[in-house]
Amino acid sequence: MVAGLHIGLMALAAPSALAETPPGARTDLLQSWNGVLPQSRGRWTPVDHGAFKQLAGPFKTPEEVTQACLGCHTQAARQIKNTIHWTWSKRDPATGRMVGKKNVFNTFCANITSNEQFCTMCHVGYGDTDPNKFVPFQARADDHVDCLVCHEQTGDYHKIPFLGGNPAPRHMMVRPGCAEFYGTDKAYVDPPDLGKFARSVNVPGRQNCGGCHFYGGGGDGVKHGDLDTSLIAPSHALDVHMDAKGLNFTCETCHVTSDHALTGGHYHLDAKPENTPYQRGNPHGGNPVACRSCHGDAPHKGHDVSPTLNMHTANLACQTCHIPEFARGKVPTKMTWDYASAGKFAANGTPLSIDDKRGDNIYWGVKGDFTWGRNVVPAYRWFNGTERWMNMGDRLAPGSDGVVEVNSIEGGPTDGKSRIWPFKIMKNNQPYDPVNDTLAVFHSFGLDDNAFAMTGDWQKAITAGMKAAGLPYSGRYGFIHTRMYWPITHMVAPARDALRCGQCHTDNGRLASVPGLYLPGRGSDHLPWLEHLGRLAVLLSLIGVLGHAGIRILLWLRRRGGKR
Amino acid sequence: MTIQRAYLFKRFERFWHWSQAALVFTLLASGLRIHGVYGGLHFLTALRLHLYAAWAVSALWVFAIFWHFTTGEWKQYIPTLEKIGAVARHYAWGMFLGERHPHHPTPAHKQNALQRLAYLWLKLMINPLLWGSGILLLLATYNWLPAARWAAPGQGIALAAWAHTAGAYLMLVFVIVHVYLATTGVTPLAHIEAMITGWEASEE
Ligand code: HEM
Repeated sequence: MVAGLHIGLMALAAPSALAETPPGARTDLLQSWNGVLPQSRGRWTPVDHGAFKQLAGPFKTPEEVTQACLGCHTQAARQIKNTIHWTWSKRDPATGRMVGKKNVFNTFCANITSNEQFCTMCHVGYGDTDPNKFVPFQARADDHVDCLVCHEQTGDYHKIPFLGGNPAPRHMMVRPGCAEFYGTDKAYVDPPDLGKFARSVNVPGRQNCGGCHFYGGGGDGVKHGDLDTSLIAPSHALDVHMDAKGLNFTCETCHVTSDHALTGGHYHLDAKPENTPYQRGNPHGGNPVACRSCHGDAPHKGHDVSPTLNMHTANLACQTCHIPEFARGKVPTKMTWDYASAGKFAANGTPLSIDDKRGDNIYWGVKGDFTWGRNVVPAYRWFNGTERWMNMGDRLAPGSDGVVEVNSIEGGPTDGKSRIWPFKIMKNNQPYDPVNDTLAVFHSFGLDDNAFAMTGDWQKAITAGMKAAGLPYSGRYGFIHTRMYWPITHMVAPARDALRCGQCHTDNGRLASVPGLYLPGRGSDHLPWLEHLGRLAVLLSLIGVLGHAGIRILLWLRRRGGKR
Repeated sequence: MTIQRAYLFKRFERFWHWSQAALVFTLLASGLRIHGVYGGLHFLTALRLHLYAAWAVSALWVFAIFWHFTTGEWKQYIPTLEKIGAVARHYAWGMFLGERHPHHPTPAHKQNALQRLAYLWLKLMINPLLWGSGILLLLATYNWLPAARWAAPGQGIALAAWAHTAGAYLMLVFVIVHVYLATTGVTPLAHIEAMITGWEASEE
């Protein structure tokens, strides 16, 4: 009963509903966080790598830089090679399936296999600079680990497309449509001064992680919806934790790292973390990326409605109310993609490209039609953290709506492990083999004749892709609608922007179609016959008393008239 | 025809009546907003009003029950058939003709037979239904009982909420009829005055 008494006792103390943090409170907060959290990169490391003669350079190849790093950080390469950042592959303990980029499909560029020399531009390693020669990760020496991409702090380090993850080794022309990845607005790039990067190293900042993770799916903000370059220096309104002028969290403040292994990841989530909080000095097996590990299960405090808000944590992920919309940082995110329309080329022979009035790219010959979203309201689903990922070669199992889910999400109201989570749902219409009943693995990117980007020929691209994947291909292809779930967890808004009660507690609200709940105010949860009966009874009693009153007044007037 | 006056309602009863009236109106208005019958008022405001009023009315009911038993006033609600036909005829017919009410309230017999039944219905059906289901709603939604995991989303809560909704409709019907009948004293305001001053006027 404590919580209920609390509601009563706090009545006078806290008059304003969910008031905003008063001015000044944030500095207090900052002070209290100091010493617990790394405030800003640099201040907290006792080492200036710029002073090390091992890093004086010059370095001819990026591998030489790694050798210098490994000279002191003797375990670093071995550690990296054990992480999914290197392997792009791991076993999901919940489903027993293989996950990681190497094994799964997505509903963007679909698959890595046969496109590695392009895709490994975002791998934490160096490969062969020959666009046609992919060196498997397990065959790479320790000095092929890329330390710089995560640790350099100049912001000028760029891994170049089609070079297997290497920075520019020589003067090179920028490929059309890819300027974003070369990090230049010029028509060419030159080999950078590797020593400059080496001497700048420090603990990673948001732009290090963002260099790859903000650009997933082929460009800024495309993939996640809650990760884009607006988070390099976000405002308080965009993300209260990463707020550059406030708490200024780096990614690793939550994705706590040890031995170069990061916590978190989206192949499998802790949707309803129950174990001990992750705090210094606390014995833990906890999950530091979960909001709960800092905020606990009763995060709302000091207010008469706090217990009311806190009870929602049993069924709702924090993200559901506190990330009311994603893609809030002015960078749009891709919502749909239609490969079926891809393959058109402009008169000059380059892939056709069409932008809309806002400047959003709505068609590109290499990829097809797109739609984009800004300030997108998420979709809400019960979720227990388990995603069942399709592997290459899996038989198609479309749902009743005919859509194939490349990562179907599991969970429901009664399993005790689920919460209602917000999702970005990304849709595509992508090539498949109707005879073998598999999604097509296809060769989209390369500088060869089979690459779809070069010729727009699906037959060649799929044949090459399926061959690289070691899968049978019938020679026939079609297009099938696909769907992918992206749990939303970044871009946490200030309390004043969180969802209001009435946005769910109503008909046609945010949770209108979420089953397994009794949601006060949601008409579909009412008993129709009870409502009809109740309203009828109210109506009849009103008619009754009004009729009775009418007769009384009428006859009283008659009597009075008679007496007169 | 003479007008007779009797002191019917003691100070506690009057306080109890009017504070309960205010709370019930608040609970009805806020409850129906929570239910989604009308909009405008913020859901959170309605919920807060409802919870404060629920705790207040709960406390009031505890006092009222205590008062009824310690003073023996509960006996006023023992059902009786005395003159019940005459009373019913009066409401359905005699009142229109300006006839006198067959029951003359005295401090020992404040209510006529129909009133007894109506208030018994309120106190033994409507109030307990709202109270019981309301407490279940609190227990279930706030998970105050660890064992109240039966209240896992959906099930238990829906049953309690449906019972609570049924109670609310019954209460609304009661309030409508009750407020109207309050105007059926010797003069339209006689009953209401009685509940303010304690003194009821009736025709001899
Ligand atoms: C005259 C008395 C009362 C009336 C007319 C009334 C009416 C209502 C109505 C119509 C609802 C909305 C139901 C729904 O849509 O689910 C509601 C909700 C609620 N009532 Fe009452 N109520 C009364 C007394 C109480 C009492 C005494 C309590 C607690 C001891 C209580 C606790 C609640 C709670 C917790 C809710 C929240 C809705 C939920 O969680 O489903 N009520 N009330």
